[in-house]
Amino acid sequence: MPEAGSEPLIRLIGVTKRFGSGDAAFQALKGVDLDIMAGDFMAVMGPSGSGKSTTMNILGCLDVPTTGSFLFRGHHIESLGRDQRALLRRRYLGFVFQGFNLLARTSALENVELPLLYRGDDKRARRAAALAALDQVGLVDWASHTPSELSGGQQQRVAIARAIVTHPDVLLADEPTGNLDSERSLEIMELLTRLNRDRGITVLMVTHEAEMAAFARTVVHFRDGLVERVTTGALAA
Amino acid sequence: MTEADAPPPPGRASTTRLVGTTVLLALRAIRRHLLRSILTVLGIVIGVFAVVTIVTLGKGATESTRQQISSLGANILTVLPGQAAGRGGGGETPPPFKFEDLDAIRDQVAGVTAVAPQAQSSATAVHNAANWSTTVNGTTDSYLDAQDWKIEDGRRFTDAEEQAGKSVCLMGSTVKQNLYPGEAPVGSTLRLGNVSCTVIGTLATRGAGGFGQDNDDTVLMPIKAVQRRFTGNRDIRAIIVSADPAYDSADVQESIAKLLRERRNISGGKLDDFTIFDSRQIADTLSGITNILTGIVGAVAAISLLVGGIGIMNIMLVSVTERTREIGIRLAIGAVAREVMLQFLVEAVVLSCLGGLIGLVLALFASLGLAAALNVPFVFDPWTNLTAFLFSGLIGVVFGYFPARRAAALNPIDALRYE
Ligand SMILES: Nc1ncnc2c1ncn2[C@@H]1O[C@H](COP(=O)(O)OP(=O)(O)OP(=O)(O)O)[C@@H](O)[C@H]1O
Ligand SMILES: [Mg+2]
Repeated sequence: MPEAGSEPLIRLIGVTKRFGSGDAAFQALKGVDLDIMAGDFMAVMGPSGSGKSTTMNILGCLDVPTTGSFLFRGHHIESLGRDQRALLRRRYLGFVFQGFNLLARTSALENVELPLLYRGDDKRARRAAALAALDQVGLVDWASHTPSELSGGQQQRVAIARAIVTHPDVLLADEPTGNLDSERSLEIMELLTRLNRDRGITVLMVTHEAEMAAFARTVVHFRDGLVERVTTGALAA
Repeated sequence: MTEADAPPPPGRASTTRLVGTTVLLALRAIRRHLLRSILTVLGIVIGVFAVVTIVTLGKGATESTRQQISSLGANILTVLPGQAAGRGGGGETPPPFKFEDLDAIRDQVAGVTAVAPQAQSSATAVHNAANWSTTVNGTTDSYLDAQDWKIEDGRRFTDAEEQAGKSVCLMGSTVKQNLYPGEAPVGSTLRLGNVSCTVIGTLATRGAGGFGQDNDDTVLMPIKAVQRRFTGNRDIRAIIVSADPAYDSADVQESIAKLLRERRNISGGKLDDFTIFDSRQIADTLSGITNILTGIVGAVAAISLLVGGIGIMNIMLVSVTERTREIGIRLAIGAVAREVMLQFLVEAVVLSCLGGLIGLVLALFASLGLAAALNVPFVFDPWTNLTAFLFSGLIGVVFGYFPARRAAALNPIDALRYE
């Protein structure tokens, strides 16, 4: 639970992002300031092209800001190199994508084990942790199935299991329900809510649907490369 | 500060762990794309198979030549009238050798252990109802010494038989097999054309000669008998000289040539009207040719290995493109570039080593079969096999490097978005 006055888990200060150069240059972010408290469930909303994904990529250490500061646990990480950011992702972050992005022809279990492999866990520990994560998303019985044998909702739940198997601090989800019907979407939102509440994982989620954003505690509205407004608690969405 | 509050940059990825992980990942990827993996390594399989089979058979052929040389025993020089093939011609026929030439060589040339004359004729050998066409070799007892040829049964020629040119003979094993199946020939009478002779002994088997001729398909008689009853003249068609291995055979050859030039009145600038063949030289030349041929064919086969390597690179590049999304996922969940690179590199190396291994196994069976079919000994050369295997691994490294680097350089955001 975030306490009032405590240090935010993540701070963006005056973050800008420019793509391309010269005439073709495009200013996707124009100075984003954002504080994210540990344990928050934040929905990111805004029109198409407003910079939501760009911000998420920076928060996910997949990309770096052109200017501005990015603080994680009070440490400046905006200028870290490729490998250092990869190690940060491995240790602290989990990703859920709109397109699920599971490895094809690979069982759910092996997909979930993948991050542990890079972490260097031995086979036993990998298996146990992966099964526990699949249990959390309610898919232990489907462990040996490959993505093509799973429904979209199930695939996304496997992807969530893969994201949480390393016990990350932050779960980043860019339109996680974008490819799902509303019933499956609600299942995913309930799952994210549960992970946020029971395991204290900070959840950052981009969505276009107010119905999904309603699950969040905080909602950030983007417009034109800037944070337009942040609403919290009952005022959200 | 709790453990979870530790400063973010969590240090570096361990390298030893990395290799184990990437080998596992590579094996999984190969298993996932089994058919494509097999097709990928086909070039390597064929390349290694071809090179190793050819080199193995070549070594076998060289070995068989070497065995034949050593079976000849001491170094043997064969002196024939006339010039070496390709030269001369048109001139008068050079005179044959005389018995006195043999005596001179035996007495005056250092390093000579035995000297034997040879006069040859072909004849049909008949015993009971069977007949067999063979070569009658007229010579002396020294011939057996020069060639280090053992008597299997019976005895050698006596001096008296040689001097008188008696109609006695020693029989080679091929003739014996064909005319005396299951019989002891010694003491029997053999008809050679219209000449009858008494078999006084049989010769031990010598096997095929350097040119594939059958050394055992012969009947030996005292040279005077052959001259009188077969050739009808007193010509000696060849002199067989065995040289002491302690002497340089080139020196012995030179001394014989000098002596014969003197005896045959060949002065100063005139060319020899005789030729001396050195068994070892012939054998060396033969195995030299075998080696060169093996080298050339092996090199051609090695090109197919190279083509196999390019095949691997090609498929790996396709694989990198096709698996762009996969690479994006790996990078997003925290793989460092090095790990992605290593995974693809290991995949290439594992594939090519696998191909090399399959090629080696196929080559083993093929060269066993072919060696038997071509009648050359099978020589398993660990170095050839090891080199071919290591080379296939090297091909994996070389041709896997570029695609692997390309995979590792991908930007995770673009890779994830890749359709
Ligand atoms: N790699 C890039 N190169 C150039 N322009 C880019 C790049 N990535 C994003 N942009 C541009 O930056 C702007 C913001 O993109 P972003 O993906 O953050 O939007 P978004 O808010 O996620 O939109 P959507 O709701 O459609 O996903 C867009 O106009 C986009 O065209
Ligand atoms: Mg977006």
